[in-house]
Amino acid sequence: MTYRAPITQSDLQAYCDGQLSPARRREVEQYLLDHPEAAEQVDDYQNLNDAIHELYDPVLDEPVPAQLAIHPRRQKRRLVSVAAAAAWIGLGAMFGWYMHSTTVSMTQPGPLNLHLVQPAAFAHSIYTAEVKHPVEVPANEQEHLLKWLSKRLHTEITAPDLSAQGYYLVGGRLLPSTDRMAAQLMYERNDGIRVTLYIRHGAWENTLTAFQYDQRGKIALFYWIDGPLGYALAAQLSRNELLKLSETIYHQLN
Amino acid sequence: MTQLADQLVEYIPRLRRYARALLRGDALAADDLVQDCLERALSRLHLWREDSDLRAWLFTIMHNIYVNQVRKSVNSLALVELSRDLEPQTGSATAELHLELRDLNQAINSLADDQREILLLVSLEGLRYQEVASILGVPVGTVMSRLSRTRDKLRNLMGETKHARLRRVK
Repeated sequence: MTYRAPITQSDLQAYCDGQLSPARRREVEQYLLDHPEAAEQVDDYQNLNDAIHELYDPVLDEPVPAQLAIHPRRQKRRLVSVAAAAAWIGLGAMFGWYMHSTTVSMTQPGPLNLHLVQPAAFAHSIYTAEVKHPVEVPANEQEHLLKWLSKRLHTEITAPDLSAQGYYLVGGRLLPSTDRMAAQLMYERNDGIRVTLYIRHGAWENTLTAFQYDQRGKIALFYWIDGPLGYALAAQLSRNELLKLSETIYHQLN
Repeated sequence: MTQLADQLVEYIPRLRRYARALLRGDALAADDLVQDCLERALSRLHLWREDSDLRAWLFTIMHNIYVNQVRKSVNSLALVELSRDLEPQTGSATAELHLELRDLNQAINSLADDQREILLLVSLEGLRYQEVASILGVPVGTVMSRLSRTRDKLRNLMGETKHARLRRVK
């Protein structure tokens, strides 16, 4: 087996922490088969990670003490400031919602909004926040994932390769959408930014549309129809960054 | 904005977990740290950049408070207490596991602050090396080399206690 670069301690460590690209991970996996000492080290590192979780994870299940909203040992002045800040956030939210409903949704009614943009944004916000279960089938079972999704959606589903843009496939899942099933593929950048591609059939009016842009809170989306399928790419990225990714995906799928 | 506040709330359990580990199991001091962190975050939400990661931002705030305020007062006390549920249960099948976890807890508590922070941010919080580097304000290479040294240290330590116990059993 030849490796693109020698396997280093840093690779072994990044392997344990799930911070390698899929290609490099496969190389490390191969390397571990041939190097039992390294395999033992990785095993110990992973056990250590597990033990650390075992030690501290019980805190996650504790009820959050009321003092974290309001701390009894502190002066009232500080409480007031937290409450005031929260109130301002509430006001801001109401204003934001009002602006949103008058400027965005009112101008973009219709089936694409209902069946594509809205569910894609919702699914994005739910699953990108997941730490332990962001995807149903991880990228190391990519072949199985795509076969399964293709079968369920009755269309060949492929996963665009965004590694040149710095995004690696995390995996994907099958989702119920408004009136059909949908597939969600998730990608991740090194700094943790996650992008999801939402794909589904629909009784679309057109079989080809240009890229259209929309925003749901902090989530930016580009969506388009290509043949029988609707696509929505969602991320907390700037419009330009997201557009570039959309173009890359569009070209790869055609 | 309300989404932001909701997201803040969602992170509270994780902030508490990290603070508890960072403060060596002192639940009161840890929740104080979380409280300070939340207050500071709320008062500075306008400074938070839309395209940056909220979680990393929160951990940055917590790190800064820890370094500037908490560490000074906490380190003067020797807080190497064992959490109660980690006390070994003699004779049970899980006793061995508990002993090992207890040893690990002690070992992590005795690490230098920067080593403990890096280990916890990566192993416990699952943050990327780059994120940890920017939270702690050190180069990413430093994060990786310190992490590697810390893990080897713990690995050796755990290996030693395991062997010592085996010898005792014989």
